[in-house]
Amino acid sequence: MRRNAPALVAVALAALFFALLPFGLSDYHRGLAASVAVYLIAVLGLNVLTGYTGQISIGHSAFMAIGGYTTAIMSHYHNTNLILTLPLAFAITFGCGVLVGLPALRLSGVYLALATFALAVSIPQLPLKFSTFTGGSAGISTSKSVSNSWLYGVSWSTAAIAFLFTWLVLRGRTGRAFRAIRDSEVAATSSGVTLAIYKTLAFGVSAALAGVAGSLFVLATNGFAQPNEFSVTLSLKILVGAAVAGLGSLWGVLLGAAFIALLPTLSASAPVIGSAHGQDVVFGLFVIVVMILLPTGVAGLIPRLRRLRAKA
Amino acid sequence: MVELVRKLPLPQRRLPASPVLLLLVAACIFLTVGSLRSTIFAQLTVAGVATGVVFGSLALALVLIYRATEVINFAQGEMAMAMVYVAYQLTLWGLSYWEAFFLTLAIAFVFGVVTQQVFIRPVQGRSVIAVVIVTVGLFILIDGLVEWKWSANQRFMQAPFGNKIYHVGSVPIARQDIGTIAITLVSVSALWAFFRFTKLGLGMRAGALRPAAARLVGVRTNALLAVGWGLAAVLGAVAGLMTEPAEYVLQPTLMQPVLLYAFAAAVLGGLESPGGALVGGIALGIFLNLVGQYVHFVGSVLQLPIAFAALLLVLLVKPTGLFGHRAVRKV
Repeated sequence: MRRNAPALVAVALAALFFALLPFGLSDYHRGLAASVAVYLIAVLGLNVLTGYTGQISIGHSAFMAIGGYTTAIMSHYHNTNLILTLPLAFAITFGCGVLVGLPALRLSGVYLALATFALAVSIPQLPLKFSTFTGGSAGISTSKSVSNSWLYGVSWSTAAIAFLFTWLVLRGRTGRAFRAIRDSEVAATSSGVTLAIYKTLAFGVSAALAGVAGSLFVLATNGFAQPNEFSVTLSLKILVGAAVAGLGSLWGVLLGAAFIALLPTLSASAPVIGSAHGQDVVFGLFVIVVMILLPTGVAGLIPRLRRLRAKA
Repeated sequence: MVELVRKLPLPQRRLPASPVLLLLVAACIFLTVGSLRSTIFAQLTVAGVATGVVFGSLALALVLIYRATEVINFAQGEMAMAMVYVAYQLTLWGLSYWEAFFLTLAIAFVFGVVTQQVFIRPVQGRSVIAVVIVTVGLFILIDGLVEWKWSANQRFMQAPFGNKIYHVGSVPIARQDIGTIAITLVSVSALWAFFRFTKLGLGMRAGALRPAAARLVGVRTNALLAVGWGLAAVLGAVAGLMTEPAEYVLQPTLMQPVLLYAFAAAVLGGLESPGGALVGGIALGIFLNLVGQYVHFVGSVLQLPIAFAALLLVLLVKPTGLFGHRAVRKV
């Protein structure tokens, strides 16, 4: 317990900070801060799969779409309490993740990347096909919309729960199995880790977190679930967030999420380029530079600096 | 050096497994019989081949890079799209279409080499994920630059082949389809000849298959990787310039759907097989055209999911693709 004391203090301070933050923000910035939490949950999910289990996925926007549509449809047709749709989205996307994990057992590396990419491209087409039920390209809305303050509270509370959940999953036997698979599948199998169980479990947990993020994502976009909101670009954004954060680090996730949620807004007013197109240029350049200069992401920077200091 | 490289134990070319061969022969017979019996079927098949070779050439560009570096270049389509804009700008400056076409190919080569040297080389040899993310960054960056320079508005280029239509028997065939097929096949054959008959090509094949051994006998593998990216960019530019007339308009999203189908085609053929990429592309082009026409449930909306369902099925049955070979790894 005493060994964990600094970490506990840090967690308490962070919780206090995020609890007090909305009082100092305008309504617009409260919405922006809420979107950081939404991305935080999604990046956290991808980190479980890619960072800890070593399975790349470009399909997380698909899971977000499933979660988001769960919320929108339940609220639209059954007027379900919005908060209750979150655990529902969690359960449904957990199932979807396990289902995707089964074929993924046979694939690895680039092939897995392409298969999940295929998933991300295909899923947003389905609402277009079954448009009478899902509203087609115009999308489907929840029965009531929420204020930015509500959104801030719910997303950050959910993010805290998701963070705790992930930490609990990763700290024990399961987390060890995940990391063993990432480092060497052969070694993991020969030490008694059943690949089939743990890989599908990782897919399930990861997808479930993405699904919850998708639900909140829909609530953050005025309660509208639209197919083109969940394009492949969203997947790539989450992947970039996870990589910038440093794969396999829980603390970096916050930075990664802030990066992908805030940078487009910040760089919209970039000098020289400015305007709407500037954000893509700045975002793309930033991603490349971070990957080239910081191989272990921003989270890897601190241990690296510490090592440099120890050498000097 | 050439003598030494020739002695490297490179794998011999092998025919694809017999079930795959049978499947291909059966598909060819099916298409021929169908085309003879129905005009529409024949028309769809020819148009499918024309779109298919474009998928195939972009897929080939992906395969070229995959073979050399084991990474997938997600920016391949956007690089091609940027090159189409360069060609567009050249025609605006008064060049004729074909002058612009060939000048663009030269520019594309330089662009590919520079991209590899500046952006990819620093992360070369790191994890697959790192390189993938850099190419994703390139994707976003190129998109942003193109929209900044040319805006996202639709542009129009002159049609390279005109809109004449020939009739073979009762089957109408667009001159543009024939032109697309011809141009693509010529560029692919030129590439094949380059790899087969030149010293540089031999060095590149050796560098891709046995990097360490190739370096030992004096192949400058790093420089050749850059050449590989250049060639891939040229192939991509050809695919882009052939996509533009088929789409009628030029806009920054031009190559995004093509890239998706090229992924599918490359995996279908086996990521390591150049011939497989081309066959995969053509098969996909025909398949999509026929399914879109005859299976009403699919229509135009479900084409993409269907293409990827087929892809997933192939991956599950034969994880190395139709023409790939299982790599045996020692642990």
